[in-house]
Amino acid sequence: MAHAYTPGLRVTESAVIRKRRILPIQGQVMVKAGQKVVASDVVARAELPGKVHTVNIVNKLSIEARETKRFMKKKETELVRKDEVIAENDPLLKWFKTRVTSPIDGTIESVSDVTGQVLLREPPKPLNLLAYIDGTVAEVIEREGVVVESQAAFVQGIFGIGGETHGIIETVAKTPDQDLKPGDINLEHAGKILIGGAHASMPVIRRAIEVKAAGIVIGGIHDKDLREILGKDLGVAITGTEQIGITLIITEGFGSIPMARKTFELLVGKRGRKASCSGATQIRAGVIRPEIVIPADAGGAAAAAEGEREGMKPGTPVRIIREPMFGRLGAVKSLPSELTKIPTESHVRILVVQFPDGSEATIPRANVETIES
Amino acid sequence: MADRPLNVIIATDCGSTTTKAILIEKVGDTYRQTFRGEAPTTVEAPFEDVTKGVLNSIQEVEELSGRKILDGEKIITPNNGKTGVDIYVSTSSAGGGLQMMVAGAVAAMTGESAQRCALGGGAIVMDVLASNDGRAGHEKIERIRQLRPDMLLLSGGTDGGTVSHVVELAEYISAADPKPRLGIGYKLPIIFAGNKDARERIKEILGAKMSLDITDNIRPTLERENLMPARHRIHDLFLEHVMQQAPGYKKLIAMCGAPIIPTPAAVGDIIERVAKKEKINVLGVDIGGATTDVFSVFKTIFNRTVSANLGMSYSISNVLAEAGLDNIMRWVPFDIDEQDLRNRIKNKMIRPTTIPFTVDELMIEQAIAREALRLALDQHKMLAVGLKGVQQERSISDAFAQTASGQSLINMMDLNLVIGSGGILSHAPRRVQSMIMMTDSYQLEGITRLAVDSIFMMPHLGVLATVNEKAATDAFEHDCMVYLGTSISPVGTARDGERCLDYKLTLPGGKVVQESLPYGELRLHKLDVGQTAQLEANPARGFDLGAGKGKPLNTTIHGGVGGVLIDTRGRPLVLPADKKARVQVLTKWAKAVDLYPELK
Repeated sequence: MAHAYTPGLRVTESAVIRKRRILPIQGQVMVKAGQKVVASDVVARAELPGKVHTVNIVNKLSIEARETKRFMKKKETELVRKDEVIAENDPLLKWFKTRVTSPIDGTIESVSDVTGQVLLREPPKPLNLLAYIDGTVAEVIEREGVVVESQAAFVQGIFGIGGETHGIIETVAKTPDQDLKPGDINLEHAGKILIGGAHASMPVIRRAIEVKAAGIVIGGIHDKDLREILGKDLGVAITGTEQIGITLIITEGFGSIPMARKTFELLVGKRGRKASCSGATQIRAGVIRPEIVIPADAGGAAAAAEGEREGMKPGTPVRIIREPMFGRLGAVKSLPSELTKIPTESHVRILVVQFPDGSEATIPRANVETIES
Repeated sequence: MADRPLNVIIATDCGSTTTKAILIEKVGDTYRQTFRGEAPTTVEAPFEDVTKGVLNSIQEVEELSGRKILDGEKIITPNNGKTGVDIYVSTSSAGGGLQMMVAGAVAAMTGESAQRCALGGGAIVMDVLASNDGRAGHEKIERIRQLRPDMLLLSGGTDGGTVSHVVELAEYISAADPKPRLGIGYKLPIIFAGNKDARERIKEILGAKMSLDITDNIRPTLERENLMPARHRIHDLFLEHVMQQAPGYKKLIAMCGAPIIPTPAAVGDIIERVAKKEKINVLGVDIGGATTDVFSVFKTIFNRTVSANLGMSYSISNVLAEAGLDNIMRWVPFDIDEQDLRNRIKNKMIRPTTIPFTVDELMIEQAIAREALRLALDQHKMLAVGLKGVQQERSISDAFAQTASGQSLINMMDLNLVIGSGGILSHAPRRVQSMIMMTDSYQLEGITRLAVDSIFMMPHLGVLATVNEKAATDAFEHDCMVYLGTSISPVGTARDGERCLDYKLTLPGGKVVQESLPYGELRLHKLDVGQTAQLEANPARGFDLGAGKGKPLNTTIHGGVGGVLIDTRGRPLVLPADKKARVQVLTKWAKAVDLYPELK
């Protein structure tokens, strides 16, 4: 039977975190299995093929395409410098001589006598793949990359923007329900990962970018602010490549929503510790959520591997993830098996949630997520 | 091809999130869909084997039906009373479906034909490359490099026509050297279906680098499109290359009694069969979480488009981005703060499996669905066109009408049947909600029947039709289609309250409903599934119900679980710009058809 609930986001004090670090194309692995690495170490390197430029010789020399090769001064695979002559015509009068020069430093990729097109390729660009987290190289995948393993505290957010970064954890909110103000952020926060409360407005995010904070972790933001940051409406939740000067991770959702106490307390407890974080999110099949990884101090023994996730049962802590009561936390009281009619008149599987104040509510199972540890 | 004799069939559709299994059994002379099971798709880690999800979904069918179908990981064949099945068939869109890039010499001609060919083959088209697409050569190369398609389709030039343009495209593809999306170390498949005179050159340029397959030109002459040979090659290569790279698919192919086909290709196939059998024009839509597929058969010409980023969960935020907030708000029968609505939509995007709990939330989702459906049809209309660049013989009247080649084939007045599929349409709490959503977004014209796919079994039936057409047709008619009813919508505009339509509806048993319905109203009359009524309609001057402006129309109307919808709101349907007036009119219409359980 399919799971009728959303598996929750992981918030755990200690787990073995394995990160696959794979090059986009084959290259060279720079580290050995068992080697200790820090987040900024290069673990693999590849040479990305250079950009291709096109030059149409036919148009420039006013010749027939089939004559192209005859007028070429450079052959395929030959190196060329920028402005070097690659082709010229041979008129009776030297005055009418026309030369075609290379627009780049690179190599001649191909010469076509059908289209008269010459393709030139720039030199390859090196790509350095970083370890991303402090840890140990657990596995080397020949020519492709490595798996870096670390015993760490691990927190998943629900949505993020901005790529991988690392820095020292700093708390800027006193309580998980605090809305941040620009004045909460100062110059000492440069390079740090800031832990907030319920909400960060646009001025707060701008201030964090201004002081060059590495990241900000917060309960929620408004969609209109996201639109302002990105300069467009985000259509599909595939993020991580934005260049906005900060990595932003929201833990609860859109709006002003207090950060789950468990998440907040775990992060506050790691104040002063080095962490890695990534805003990369992909909400499609093969879901990727943003994350904060806080490796244990050096020498920590490997923790037990991640256990099987259990389904919901009475007592399981849950978070309501849809209006009404969006963001409220409680525990499962009962899980009736029969389909139940909800106010929309749909018949769905429901559960009864009990809140800390003793009150109860009936909620579709699809509208809660378990709080995983 | 003759039907294979079958009595019990198990069919699955491996979707990107869920694998759905259905059991079809021959009861007397008729095939009926009897049981259904589903399980999460298991293409990704930690399982990385699609057959696990397939076996789990079949296991659920076993539990519900009491029929033993599995022997460990094997499907028992043939059927022997209460054990086994005669055949297992499957479709697949798991792992993102089939993603293709296509290229053609001229964007509006061979480029468009290549796009139609790939879409008809069940692919998502990532980009269309053409000599005149406005991008410089290096930009084209950069784009090809960025994309990691499953397959490429290169066309260009009519037979005996341009060689250099298509060779130029091949050179760009060769320079870009694109890598396949799945799997390392195998050559990316490319189909060449262009000018036959360019074949030798194409072989020289691409033969060594890629897995090149040459087939008939998709546009042998400007006046003729020949998509089927290339479309068949797409299916073959999908099985031979792409599916071989996806986790567990080798096992799945071995389990199946017929070739696996991409899910949208199977849906397209069944819609095409319905149109052909009934000799009608059909529009089909499958609105999913991430994408919306639109299928049409007009004047026997089949077209399919996929709007890759219009959907109700993963892509819900993109509907907002593309439609704009005002277009969504115009369907919401109450006032809501913009920031609140934006946050709600984003929260659905990041938690896509949640469902509306309150009626307000349901109304918002159905408002968004209307816009997703509208946008997807707009995109479909742009591609479902006659061939461009064709020389036309024009009469004097044509010249006055300024008809050009490449006009859209989609004429809503000629549409006979619209079939909706996808959770928001198939599982709307009240069937009339699906009727109204499709009527609003498509602005149905004249007389149109409406139906929904009960449990999304069109893919299964599409692949089943390749081995036993009767089984597919029986199950389609009896168990797949839920007829909602018929929409009667005069085309024209007037002021609210002005005369629009006089009609007389003679219901079964002789009961007569007669009314002069003014402009700006909705009515719903009960007429059950399988029942018919006689309509005598007299549209006011300036209104057309299909017989011409102001011309009467007498016809037979088919019923459904919704009934007969009389819609005098006008075409085009324009909603008041003033917020208060709009809420008032939406509320009036909703109450007229009993759309929601409560209204503010």
